[in-house]
Amino acid sequence: MLLEVSGLHAAYGATRVIHGISFAMEEKAITALLGANGAGKTTTLRALCGMVKTEGEIRFGGERIDGRSTEDIARLGIAHVPDGRGTFLNLTTEENLRLGAYTRKDRAAVAADLERVYGYFPRLKERRAQQAGTLSGGEQQMLAVSRALMLAPRLMLLDEPSFGLAPVLVRELFEILRAINARERVALLLVEQNAAMALDLADRAYLIETGRMVLAGPADELKRDHGVRRAYLGY
Amino acid sequence: MDALLHQVLAGLATGGIYASLALALVMIYHATHLVNFAQGEMAMFTTYIAWSLIDAGMPYWPAFFLTVFSGFVLGVLIERILIRPVERANVLGVVVVFIGLLVILNSVAGWIYTYTIKSFPSPFPQQPILGIRYISAHELGAIGVTLAVLALLYVFFRFTPLGLAMRAAAQNPESSRLVGIRVGWMLALGWGLAAAVGAVAGMMVAPIVYLDPNMMSGILLYAFAAALLGGIDSPGGAVLGGFAVGVLENVLGAFVIGNELKLAVALVLIVGVLLVKPSGLFGRVYVTRV
Repeated sequence: MLLEVSGLHAAYGATRVIHGISFAMEEKAITALLGANGAGKTTTLRALCGMVKTEGEIRFGGERIDGRSTEDIARLGIAHVPDGRGTFLNLTTEENLRLGAYTRKDRAAVAADLERVYGYFPRLKERRAQQAGTLSGGEQQMLAVSRALMLAPRLMLLDEPSFGLAPVLVRELFEILRAINARERVALLLVEQNAAMALDLADRAYLIETGRMVLAGPADELKRDHGVRRAYLGY
Repeated sequence: MDALLHQVLAGLATGGIYASLALALVMIYHATHLVNFAQGEMAMFTTYIAWSLIDAGMPYWPAFFLTVFSGFVLGVLIERILIRPVERANVLGVVVVFIGLLVILNSVAGWIYTYTIKSFPSPFPQQPILGIRYISAHELGAIGVTLAVLALLYVFFRFTPLGLAMRAAAQNPESSRLVGIRVGWMLALGWGLAAAVGAVAGMMVAPIVYLDPNMMSGILLYAFAAALLGGIDSPGGAVLGGFAVGVLENVLGAFVIGNELKLAVALVLIVGVLLVKPSGLFGRVYVTRV
């Protein structure tokens, strides 16, 4: 197992947001976390990265990572595409990408990865010397995914990658995510409002409601589930 | 005309020192969004370290580099021991720590070295270089040292991965952690670098103003005016501001308001910039949604 989460609780100060959720992911899997606004999806991702106080056990590649610092967790190979994209606004596009590879010492491989990322997102190559704050929302989303990729992660956490993007861009981005998963051998844990797109991409999905896991199963099974269809797919 | 040229050149020399200290202020401002009122006293304290080393018989340049290094260590220690515990405190809490640091460093320096004014050696010859009589060798040397420090810092922040990581950590700590940057250490490193730059400024200004525990109070004010004039978040602006303030102060002091009122130039500049263009000449205007 790549990632094993058991009995995870998380809280912001005194406000408990997640009440004991458990799930697991295999190497190279694509897993979707679905749920309404405020269900605790973003908090789950933040908990995995040590950005909120947690209880319970998180194992990554068999090693316990709960309670460790965010920077240590990143160094283990978990890349996070955060809510709001986390762009370094005053730095150039290329500096943003180089920061993604900050912890890597293999210079030749980093240079090769930079070119590969530009291959996925040619727009970013055009704008490599441009200040990242001047990029459009869609371009910044591509930049966030690319920056995460530059870490050469084993697991990539994606928080609402479709947020604020035009539908045609969303489809394009999800195609690239699928390609990245296949070619880079990186597992994806995806939090999405756009349940239909997420279920198409993922092989497993979990449904979270008010901080509890209420449904789990293969993605195509969830797609056929009556309750999921009515509440999240709208048909 | 000769007199004016002389004043402008002398202004450039002190301006370079203001520029260094202003740059140190800007570096701390980037990391903490506060002005470090103790920056001048930190520079003064390290200058005393240099004085002790030279007094003990060490040649100037080894003492210079050892002092820059001890300034760096002092900066890192201050961040780790004093600033880190108040990281999440409110603004006033941190400002009180800065002022406490100012008073403590000043008193400790007075306690160890007494308040008697000491002369501090210049590494540059007594005679004017190349027979240029408008500017003393020390002033010319100070300009050179300042420019060298600025060039080194520019190359470091612009072209090295560590410099890039430090800029990133100051700008967006959360995203920096997500790519594995140890943000706490980057901030400590920033304090260390700022203190090292301040140490250079202290050693360059001490032969001009002489060494005593209060030598940096006026200079910090000029540096503050310089940083504000350039834009408190703009390193390049702080440097230009430093040179501008140095020249302005010197020329106005010599020909217009007299030496006694020179410090008023800094105050007028501070108030003027804050009233007319709070973001400074090269600063960024931030708009916040409330």
